[in-house]
Amino acid sequence: MSDLPMPSSQTLEPEPAQHGSTALLEWLQGWLVTVDHKRLGILYILYSIFFLLVAGAEAMLIRIQLAVPNNHFLTAQVYNRYFTMHGTTMVFLVGMPILFGFGNYIVPLQIGARDMAFPRLNALSFWLTAFGGLLLYYSFLGGSGLYGVGNAPDVGWFAYAPLTARTFSPGNATDYWALALIVSGFGTLGAAVNIIATTFSMRCRGMTLMRMPLFTWLYLVVSGLTLVTITPLTAAQFMLLIDRYLGGHFFDTQAGGSALVWVHFFWIFGHPEVYVLVLPAFAIANEIIPVFSRKAIFGYPAMVAASVGIMFVSLGVWAHHMFTVGMTSVTNAFFVLSTMLVGIPTGIKIFNWIATIWGGRVRFQVPMLFCLAFLYQFLIAGLTGIMLSVAPLDWQLHNSYFVIAHFHYVLVGAIVFCIFAGLYYWYPKATGRMMSERLGKWHFWLFVIGFHITFDTMHFLGILGMPRSIYTYQPDRGWNTLNMVISLGGFIQAIAVLIFAYNFIVSYFRGDEAGDDPWDAWTLEWTTSSPPPVYNFAEEPEVRSRRPLWDLKHPHDTDWEYEG
Amino acid sequence: MSTATRVMHSAPEQVWKLPSRGRVGMLSLIIGEAALFTIFVVAYIFYIGKSLTGPTPAQVLEVPILGTICLLSSSFTIWRSEHAIEHGKMRAFSGWLAATILLGVVFMVGTAIEWQKLIFRDGLTIRTNLFGTTFYSLVGLHATHVVLGLSMLSIVLVLSLLGRFSASQSERFAVIALYWHFVDVVWVVVFTVVYVIGR
Repeated sequence: MSDLPMPSSQTLEPEPAQHGSTALLEWLQGWLVTVDHKRLGILYILYSIFFLLVAGAEAMLIRIQLAVPNNHFLTAQVYNRYFTMHGTTMVFLVGMPILFGFGNYIVPLQIGARDMAFPRLNALSFWLTAFGGLLLYYSFLGGSGLYGVGNAPDVGWFAYAPLTARTFSPGNATDYWALALIVSGFGTLGAAVNIIATTFSMRCRGMTLMRMPLFTWLYLVVSGLTLVTITPLTAAQFMLLIDRYLGGHFFDTQAGGSALVWVHFFWIFGHPEVYVLVLPAFAIANEIIPVFSRKAIFGYPAMVAASVGIMFVSLGVWAHHMFTVGMTSVTNAFFVLSTMLVGIPTGIKIFNWIATIWGGRVRFQVPMLFCLAFLYQFLIAGLTGIMLSVAPLDWQLHNSYFVIAHFHYVLVGAIVFCIFAGLYYWYPKATGRMMSERLGKWHFWLFVIGFHITFDTMHFLGILGMPRSIYTYQPDRGWNTLNMVISLGGFIQAIAVLIFAYNFIVSYFRGDEAGDDPWDAWTLEWTTSSPPPVYNFAEEPEVRSRRPLWDLKHPHDTDWEYEG
Repeated sequence: MSTATRVMHSAPEQVWKLPSRGRVGMLSLIIGEAALFTIFVVAYIFYIGKSLTGPTPAQVLEVPILGTICLLSSSFTIWRSEHAIEHGKMRAFSGWLAATILLGVVFMVGTAIEWQKLIFRDGLTIRTNLFGTTFYSLVGLHATHVVLGLSMLSIVLVLSLLGRFSASQSERFAVIALYWHFVDVVWVVVFTVVYVIGR
């Protein structure tokens, strides 16, 4: 063992003893001014979980409103605000920050680094993102100026022109929306730059690109995609603000401008954004599925190639959100085919995950349960995606609940499931304690049942013709039962998430001691203590294969003898 | 067998060299910025000739030849100062750096004069027509980047004149220079689109 230069997990200096109110202030200041990637990662994740609960509550209000026909629980205008805020919050204040939180915490540990490449930029990125969220929610108070008691943006998360013009959206709510996304967009850009520089320039000795854990690989890919995805949104938001404040005409049809240009720009951001969110979910599955199947990942080079392939193809599919705006047949055909093309690298990934599980000694613990549900649900989501990519079918189903069902299958069925899997998987590393397996199983089963009740049913509602974004409907449309079922499923999911939140908090105080490596895993983050010391590794690790901890545990059967 | 393999693998002390994080970070930022500019350039091209009222580019725009020559030559001077700092010639470094800043300032003054003429003589503002909206946004976005670059270069110049910037920091300067080259390349695109194709 002595000739294996692996890091030991000994602590170099004892924790300084603290007591009294100064200790509390010091503790608070420690979190506010921190540039430590682990603390920032935790801040990102806590911030997102908070907004997950907020946006979840908004979804519940929406479902109460839609549960029965002719309901007046919410007015039409308040309903519009809630679905706008639900979408915007879930994408920008939950999805992006939680995924960058995972990246912040795990990537430097997995590549054996002391910290991110630019620790201060890292802190700046987090606080920009956090400030963006505050700006967005401040609009509830200050949206139309405090005279108007305030309102939230109500233009939908894609904010199509000309609805966002001054004439149709007076007040400041839309401006808060645009500013919030610009500010948090800068934060996201900083985080992406940081992760790229970290993976290229901070790897420990022997960690060549083709020995990086797939999690880190996927974060490299997703950060590259973020660079060219979030900036077009920022550009479009600049244009919107120029129109609204300086009297510009970018999206002003009265002066020769085009509302369609906004739609294009938004989806040039909006579609790759889906992959920005889903690739980190794949990254989490790439770590959990092999560990819980007790096998190395199947087809590592194919997984890397498929991820890079998805990144490039995803940049050329945006107009499949726009089949109904009246593009030429050639354009339609191009986007139909490019969208179907995404199915190939994604299919490769699904097959590789199944091949990893195949013949393994699968341990059905909570992280793995979430990943197995992810595999099944992501497959369905992909198949309905291919259905919707066929332009004529899209003409029929566009803006119906079928589309809502499809993208919630991706965003909840794939991404949120993987996020939960990742939280259960790395919680012991970050806190030193295990989350309760019993509560975790309750969470999983309630969530999976609630998810299917809600979103499976939603497909049928879409086929029956219920459009999205309507605040109520007539009782004679045949939508009553389905809507009630969907709302009930939503509440089952809400209960599941509350169980998770309870588990998350209580386990911090009462969970079992985790030890350094509770899952018997193989990547570098499990070689250091739980939680890791500030400096991560007492000595810089050196790796010779994709599973350095396996090599350490099995010195007579190491991976590097087999890897090409 | 396994001992033999292990010895074989740990024996050669290979050089473990990774790319500079500053350079990788700046290149990533440049890729992001390029996407930002792409959207504005696409909007400009799409809206060429779509203004419902005058003035049109052909009526009011003059090709900024002096400014363009200055900005493009500043790429040469900054390359010279990079070269100087790598070889420890700090006086030459400051000289070339000052020349770079001067050329950048001339470019900005040129833009200021151009905008003054457009606004007060031709009556073209950002709200006049689509041409005004797209022109001021695109050229203004680029000018913002020039100002940002000039600020960074000026800080380095002041530090260098105070003797606080040494040859050991050539790597950092190279990162700023990379950004400056990018700003120049963007101008080539903006110039082509606005003053050649769009006029």
